[in-house]
Amino acid sequence: MSAQTIDQISLLPLYAAAGTAVLVLLADLLIGRRGAVYGSLVLGGLATVVCAIVVGGNRPGTFCLPGGGACSWVPSPLAMVAAVVFALLTIGVLALSIPSLRLGTAPVGEYCFLLASSMAGGVVIGYAGDLITLIVGLETLTLPLYVLVGLRRYAPGERVSTAPASASVTFLLISVVSTAIALLGAALNYAATGALHLDRLVPGSGVTAPVAAAGVGLMVVGFAFKVAAVPLHAWAPPTYEGAPLPIATYLSTASKLGGIVALAAIVSRLDADVVTAVLAVLTMTIGNLVALRQTRMVRLLAWSSIAQAGYILAALALGAAGVEAAAAYAVFFMVLEFLAFGVVTALRAPGADGGDILAYRGAGRRSPWLGAGMVLALAGLAGLPPGLAGLFAKVTVVDALIDQGWGWLAGVVALNAVIGLAYYVRVAANLYSAPPQVGIAVADPELLEAATHPPRKVTRPVVAALLGAAAVAVVLGFAPQILFGALT
Amino acid sequence: MTGLLIAALVVPALGALVVALLPNASDRGARIVATVFAAINLLVVLPLGLDRGHGRFWTETDHSWVPALNIEFHLGVDGVSYPLIVLTALLTLLCCAYTVWNVPEGGSGRTLAALLLVLEVGILGTFLALDLVLFFLFFEVVLLPMYAVIAGWGGEDRRPAARKFVLYTLFGSVLLLLGVLTVTVAAGTGDMGELAGGNGLSRSTQYAAFALFAVAFAVKAPLWPLHTWLPDAHTQAPTVGSVILAGVLLKMGTYGLIRIGVGVTPLGAHWAAPVLGILAAAAILAGALICLRQTELKRLIAYSSVGHMGFVLLGIATLTVTGLQAALLGNIAHGLITGLLFFLAGALKDRAHTGNLADLGGLRETAPRLAGLLGFAAIASLGLPGLAGFWGEAFAVVGSVERGGGLWTTLGVLAAVGGALTAAYFLRLLRKVSHGPAGPVVLKLSPAIAGPEWTAWAPLVVLVLAVGLVPALVLAATADPMQALTGVLR
Repeated sequence: MSAQTIDQISLLPLYAAAGTAVLVLLADLLIGRRGAVYGSLVLGGLATVVCAIVVGGNRPGTFCLPGGGACSWVPSPLAMVAAVVFALLTIGVLALSIPSLRLGTAPVGEYCFLLASSMAGGVVIGYAGDLITLIVGLETLTLPLYVLVGLRRYAPGERVSTAPASASVTFLLISVVSTAIALLGAALNYAATGALHLDRLVPGSGVTAPVAAAGVGLMVVGFAFKVAAVPLHAWAPPTYEGAPLPIATYLSTASKLGGIVALAAIVSRLDADVVTAVLAVLTMTIGNLVALRQTRMVRLLAWSSIAQAGYILAALALGAAGVEAAAAYAVFFMVLEFLAFGVVTALRAPGADGGDILAYRGAGRRSPWLGAGMVLALAGLAGLPPGLAGLFAKVTVVDALIDQGWGWLAGVVALNAVIGLAYYVRVAANLYSAPPQVGIAVADPELLEAATHPPRKVTRPVVAALLGAAAVAVVLGFAPQILFGALT
Repeated sequence: MTGLLIAALVVPALGALVVALLPNASDRGARIVATVFAAINLLVVLPLGLDRGHGRFWTETDHSWVPALNIEFHLGVDGVSYPLIVLTALLTLLCCAYTVWNVPEGGSGRTLAALLLVLEVGILGTFLALDLVLFFLFFEVVLLPMYAVIAGWGGEDRRPAARKFVLYTLFGSVLLLLGVLTVTVAAGTGDMGELAGGNGLSRSTQYAAFALFAVAFAVKAPLWPLHTWLPDAHTQAPTVGSVILAGVLLKMGTYGLIRIGVGVTPLGAHWAAPVLGILAAAAILAGALICLRQTELKRLIAYSSVGHMGFVLLGIATLTVTGLQAALLGNIAHGLITGLLFFLAGALKDRAHTGNLADLGGLRETAPRLAGLLGFAAIASLGLPGLAGFWGEAFAVVGSVERGGGLWTTLGVLAAVGGALTAAYFLRLLRKVSHGPAGPVVLKLSPAIAGPEWTAWAPLVVLVLAVGLVPALVLAATADPMQALTGVLR
């Protein structure tokens, strides 16, 4: 067997991402200062972004079979965009975590290392050219998160909660099961068709056709766990609720993106439209209906992100024709979801959980900028202006569905957008509600409100992350062609 | 001239941004700044009517925006949209000026003024857009600002009313999205110029798209029986909110039905016209009958809008030049008159702290000027010849009879009966409010009309008279586009 030639350039994003994790570990060991650890993660993340853009989406793959084709590492436009998004989200989540890390809620070196490892896994998913690489990438993305969800140190005297630990266990158990299902699916499909490489995936034929079909179905189901599609969603709300807020942000954005990219790899090549469409309808409808009843902030965002995944699945039900729309929607959604979680983090004390929605009453009056950010994010998630990003996301998916003749699914998406608005508007209006009536007569309720809710200073890294996310949301709103151009 | 088209959207957007960023301390200053921006924008849109070029549109500008989604930034103005554009700019200016003087309770005045400017961007954009998807984008821009105006500065039950408004209208606009994308996917373009007359669209596509458009615009207009969000929204909204809502926001529905429904899917319009006509006649009768039973001033005016918009929709449904011109005129007249009526109702409610008709009797004795203005507006609204309301309603009936056939003649007759009922309930309103013995509330009320109020009302009074006497002000340049619209069906 002749030696394989490896195109090292196209592996640059992986080197940068994995190198980041190593760098963070070494910085923590050798320098031991928080600033150095943060700095190496941010630099490494930016290097990953640059490498992904330099490699671009049109290089030939590497680690190929001798006969040509069938490569294990395939740069594509989607891979490039996904790598950029993973890296930026990681940097953003780090920025959101800094206030609570300063309080010592988690060991800094370990926290950042795990975050960087997760990023490296995410980068692999997009470039993966075979099922093994794909699942390994997905596991590398998820594995550090089990720890991160439960990683919470308590100061002496602070009330100890078991919520993070139980969230971590829930997440671990469900994830392990879902990976097992996906692997079983891959194995069945391999047994029936002999294909592991994505570009060799074919529908089964002859007597093994049912086995191959079952394999495809199991793979879709396994990956659907990761995107928290109904009925495989039950782990998400308690896990998000129990996790520290920045990690919940990461779970609802980056981790979800991993599942979407993995699903896209399968459904664009194999026929899984029925199961995906069923998942899509259930996910968006049930996600939205349950979100209507939520009273906890993070749970509401969790259910809303379930519903949003439904819109992405609807586009994926179109197969290869819907991948671009799904990816575009996913990116718009990541930006807005990050912004929403970021504002929630900024409004809460470092290390606190998301709290009740009513605890945010009047927050928009007290902090106009944060309120504006939240309105931008929620309106966008509802698919409405002022930020046009969410509107374009909605238009993209409905356009793709109608274009492929799936008018009924487009109708379901459209009606769900109406249901969704009901709770987004409730949360946004609550931010601007007048202070509640107190039992006794008060000369100036506003003054009392200000005295009982002292303005919380938002730390600089959080401000930077929020400004960055808001800027990306606004720019993508006015020039969505940047994204569409990058995806083709 | 093309620069003006873009400026018409940029000026209010910039104004909203400036007003929102001004420091908190100078609230009144910020409201004045907003008024200045609104005034500049009126000056920007007025000259659009000077150069009536020879093409389909007087002025156009076309830039590629999102090629991946077939969206062009294509704006233009013609005789159909120009009156509505001027009306929007005028009403926004009047409302901003009114806000300088009087801020309803609930929030800061500058935020309200900024929201009014954002609303102006959305409404003007809708009237200017010549690309279907762009039209939809602007159509959605107004939803949340209007929600915020109602929920922030409205009456006691504002939250449920605002929520009903925003969910109802979002339902309409997602149907519009489906319709718009059905058309753009089938034709490969969203350009209204290229699509005019249903160019390149099969009959079945036109039927499906028109059905979606009709429901979408019927929610916005609103057409009976999809009108139930309107009375609550109007009753709870602050005065300026009601004025904008009734004055121009509803017109986005009727304008869309003419420009897109009839313009892009004429076969669908022809197919569904009888249903639309029947619903429009039902709206006229239902609106009038409900109004006869109303005991609250703003609610009565809100339901009267249902009837008036019924006339407009009947005009559109006839698909005749007369009917469509009547619809355009009815649009403008309703905007002017109902704007004025809501201003007056707001002034009354501010003074008397009640909108209950039973408590408002005898206004003529304590506040003769206010009662006189209310009388003028009510008579204009019931369609007295010589005032703006007459032409739209009379010619909707004429158009309907002109169309001929048993159905349309019957609808014309029913509409005429509805017109008579309209007169009945407005006269009832006047009898209850102006005449009769003055109650305790009315005796205490201050009759003086403040300077800013005159400033806000006078232009509307003058225009109601002017459009009534010279309807050509509105209709001057509409004959050709209307011939073009209806010509396709022959």
